[in-house]
Amino acid sequence: MSTQIPPASKRARRQAQEAQQTSKLVDPVLANFPNVRIKLQAQENGETINNLRVPGTSTVQQLELLVNKLLNSEENVPYEFVCNGKPIHNDLFTDIFKPELQSPEDEILIEYSPRAVFRVRNITRSSGVALGHGATILSAQFAPDTATRAVTGAGDCTARIWSSDSGTPIKCLQGHADHVLCAKYSPCGRYIASASRDGTIGVWDALSGDAVGKLIRAHSAYITDICWEPLHLANPTIGCRLVSGSKDKTAKLWDVLSGHCLYTFSHTNTVSCVKWGGFNDVYTASHDKTVKVWDASSGRMKRSLDAHAHWVNHIALSTDFALRSGAYGPTLKLDIPTPKGPSTHNAVDQARFKELQKIASQKFEQALSHNKRELVATASDDFTMYLWDMKQTKPLARLTGHQQLVNHVCFSPDGRYLASSSFDRSVKLWEAQTGKFIASLRGHVAAVYQSAWSADSRLLVSCSKDTTLKVWDIATRKLKSDLPGHKDEVYAVDWSVDGTKVVSGSRDKTVRFWTY
Amino acid sequence: MPQNEYIEEHIKKYGRRLDYEERTRKREAREGHRIAKNAQKLTGFRAKMFAKKRYAEKAEMRKKIKQHEQSKVKGSGEPAPSSEALPAYLLDRQQPNSAKALSTSIKQKRLEKADKFSVPLPKVRGISEDEMFKALKSGKRENKSWKRMITKPTFVGEGFTRRPVKMERIIRPSALRQKKANVTHPELGVTVNLPILSVKKNPQSPMYTQLGVLTRGTIIEVNVSELGLVTAGGKVVWGKYAQITNEPDRDGTVNAVLLV
Repeated sequence: MSTQIPPASKRARRQAQEAQQTSKLVDPVLANFPNVRIKLQAQENGETINNLRVPGTSTVQQLELLVNKLLNSEENVPYEFVCNGKPIHNDLFTDIFKPELQSPEDEILIEYSPRAVFRVRNITRSSGVALGHGATILSAQFAPDTATRAVTGAGDCTARIWSSDSGTPIKCLQGHADHVLCAKYSPCGRYIASASRDGTIGVWDALSGDAVGKLIRAHSAYITDICWEPLHLANPTIGCRLVSGSKDKTAKLWDVLSGHCLYTFSHTNTVSCVKWGGFNDVYTASHDKTVKVWDASSGRMKRSLDAHAHWVNHIALSTDFALRSGAYGPTLKLDIPTPKGPSTHNAVDQARFKELQKIASQKFEQALSHNKRELVATASDDFTMYLWDMKQTKPLARLTGHQQLVNHVCFSPDGRYLASSSFDRSVKLWEAQTGKFIASLRGHVAAVYQSAWSADSRLLVSCSKDTTLKVWDIATRKLKSDLPGHKDEVYAVDWSVDGTKVVSGSRDKTVRFWTY
Repeated sequence: MPQNEYIEEHIKKYGRRLDYEERTRKREAREGHRIAKNAQKLTGFRAKMFAKKRYAEKAEMRKKIKQHEQSKVKGSGEPAPSSEALPAYLLDRQQPNSAKALSTSIKQKRLEKADKFSVPLPKVRGISEDEMFKALKSGKRENKSWKRMITKPTFVGEGFTRRPVKMERIIRPSALRQKKANVTHPELGVTVNLPILSVKKNPQSPMYTQLGVLTRGTIIEVNVSELGLVTAGGKVVWGKYAQITNEPDRDGTVNAVLLV
């Protein structure tokens, strides 16, 4: 038998590989690819930049540079480019001409839309398990001003404030006589409101955990949802007000400090969701198949949105993120400390409050879509959603496609996407401005309960009956990471305003914090 | 296709009689007449059986009507205040509860790190080969007796076809085959009728395991997918082990207890 030739050395092999790669780079097709004519169009307002000649092999980075230059923007804003509904990930050649979507001889229409400058890192691991609640966790939310504190409401009749860094409890808010169904921070970060199944609302100081005033005996049946007044609308002397919806077929508007009911809004069945919009409208969704819009300053009904054929489960506003986070934001580090104590009567405190309001108002203006619209999405048991513009009488779109009831909808912080979580085990992604279907995110093996966006709108996290959370990448529309860890159904999920942490509450009586 | 489904096969190949729908409709329409006639005409044991069946049906109907009336009075039924906590979006929904309780309890049990390998029935009565098998005579003069027939219920998998007569030494009678088992959860007392997936272990002999003989103490795998159990990693659980608690050859059914 003849001797075998020994395999080439590692260096030789590497050199051969490199040589092959370089020869690939100077692919004759690529090298001689002609220039193409493109037309750039802004996705939000349709402004166009006509008649540009660029190399047919231009990359996304090069296009970004071009757009930034042409629009004279001060910082390098990343853009997303879409051609005929197909996103461009790498360069024009591989994404358009190679799959022959368009011929290089035509003028190519490319839509661009800005993306957040900052970036939220992908959530990959559980950073802590918070033990303490004696029953199922029913709601969870981060504070608007920091990712270090979160509040949860649970079936053991308490709400708890947690330190998310260490996963230890800070305060236990006791007083309710039944399950705490909902606990929410006010957008100024000063108060926490909790709503219970026994029909009472508690307001607590977010830092000290002391009760502010007495427990409000609000409703005669359980409270399904509460919502704070947006910061920029609040009266500095009395602070943010509150609206609550209940099974006793009413929604009520409260002055939290005095505990007075200001207005009562009535439906003919359980009120399932309440939202307070940035134009001082209160939206109430109900099991009587309607969504009603009320004027929060006069208490009169403005409109009734009758389109659904079954219970309406949830409402989302395109400005939700801005309203919820108030004056704070992922890139906004304020040097104004969170006001301490319940008092809003001293002058210094009020001045500070007004300062926060000014920022909140600016943030709200930015969050509105291009022609000053606040879009409303409603999700229903009839498996569909409707997209509404309050300036038009008819709905903008009816979003069909789910095969089971839709439990939760939410707009991305930049207002471009809408994510809907349904009991048919999928999360669906829609274009928020038009209601066009984009993609279906499949992966959960049981009903999806809720979802939450990262502050940069690039990631979405969903929680499900199958005990897991899943993080989805919006650009590729694929699963980014799977987060198992809970031992039972996950009922609540929230992403912190600065994007560093995710909190989830489960039926296994634990709260988990997730991070990168 | 399994052997005994020749009627289904024929229907598949040649279809049904052209007036099949008409005939079934008419038969159903005349069902009341037939029952009335039977009620008058039957005598003796047949009449007794008929009356018994009729009585059971009527009792069932009365029960159902009563239930409906109650539900009308009470409405959809408020859950008790001390009931289990649910988020607001699930509060008004009716959900199948037993399966959920089952899965929770299973998880609880796993948390307690109970001994995995203890089974409810550690010891069983031995079964001799004479009791298990019946010798069959074969051959032209009926003078050979190498064929055996199992006298106990068995589980044969989906799509099983018998071997040629010459080769088939052990016969599993189709009348004694079982496909489903009544599986009980030991702590909750919830019983569900679940399809059997396979026979894991017959304590009598490994050969019986292979043949799928169902006797008291046998470990079977059942399909629990309709209960909707999920693992910690978020995958659907569909096979779980159970141990047979009754003697299926005496009762004609398989009762089992879930191993958790």
